Amino acid sequence: MADIFYPLQWIADKLTYEVFGITPATHLAASVNFIIYDVLKIVILLSVMIFAISYLRTYITPEKTRKVLGGKKGLRYHLIASLLGTVSPFCSCSSVPLFIGFVEAGVPLGVTFSFLITSPLVNEAAVAALWATLGLKATVIYVISGILLGVFGGYLIGFLKLERYVEEFVYKIKVGNQATGPETLTIKERTGIALESVKDIVSRVWIYVIIGVSIGGIFHGYAPEGILEKYAGKDNLLAVPIAVLVGVPLYSNVMGMIPIVESLIGKGLPIGTSLAFLMSVTAVSLPEMIILKKVLKKELIAIFISIVALSIVFTGYLFNILL
Amino acid sequence: MKIEILGTGCAKCKKTKEAIEKVLTETGKKAEVVKVEDIETILNYGVMVTPAVVVDGEVKLAGKVPDEKEIRKWIE
Repeated sequence: MADIFYPLQWIADKLTYEVFGITPATHLAASVNFIIYDVLKIVILLSVMIFAISYLRTYITPEKTRKVLGGKKGLRYHLIASLLGTVSPFCSCSSVPLFIGFVEAGVPLGVTFSFLITSPLVNEAAVAALWATLGLKATVIYVISGILLGVFGGYLIGFLKLERYVEEFVYKIKVGNQATGPETLTIKERTGIALESVKDIVSRVWIYVIIGVSIGGIFHGYAPEGILEKYAGKDNLLAVPIAVLVGVPLYSNVMGMIPIVESLIGKGLPIGTSLAFLMSVTAVSLPEMIILKKVLKKELIAIFISIVALSIVFTGYLFNILL
Repeated sequence: MKIEILGTGCAKCKKTKEAIEKVLTETGKKAEVVKVEDIETILNYGVMVTPAVVVDGEVKLAGKVPDEKEIRKWIE
């Protein structure tokens, strides 16, 4: 894998040692080199990934998703909902209309949650950043556990029959069926939409990438080797729950968080603990919960957060054992 | 002409409003621009991803900020 990014390392070396004239093998050189290399790599992978997913996404609209999942029960539909969640556009400001839209179409509550859990957790931006920093293996693990988390969490919420904790007005709203946008797009239009998303997302997140990579880079260059292994290694059973407890209320741009976590792994933070932390940052956030409060009673929000957090802790332990 | 911008108040909704107002000033067209934040009204239009733009009761776009070309097409 490292080979295809070789040119980036070459650029990073040139810039660090020749353009900036920093003496090699110093802390400063290590940090600067790491920052340049990582930013380039993340932005390139991010653009490619957003383009691919946005293109695919022009075929999957929330209207279609609603029709596919309406009135369907069973584990299979939790999986479909979770998978659709990975490719669906998700901005926390759309979570309320989406939620009501799903419920109104007769999508069971549990299946709706499978979608809601996976949607922010597994997204093209996080996948690209993970791939760029932690490699393909960790990315695949993250994606698969994210999807399973959605399936399991949603299934459990469905099993507990929590419909009474949804605000009553949700069941009374009638969703109109005006078609939005043309049903058939040409390849050129789809490409245009995909390029537009690349521009939109990259222009919004680049600053977080640089901030995150810079913090990570400083840590990478200056923190003593193995420092985290000593204090938060696999033997410390409290490390995973603490990482999740810190991550849950944290609302941070995942693009900035991933490079920081990369540097923590570099200093010996186990991969399971790291992935658990990242998942807890992306899966639940305070602003999203405040928005969801409009449609869900606090009991359901509490259950939702607990189920997701506990599942993430479990996933973290599992990977610390397996990897 | 009545242009409604549907959205629960996120950054993209503001951008949408600005883009539309900009095109309106540029073209000199007159239109009533309203922001709709009520969930029920938004869903009555069948819109689940915001921001969305409704021109004279017809949903033109949902889920993204429109570009100038699109806006010009609607208001002509």
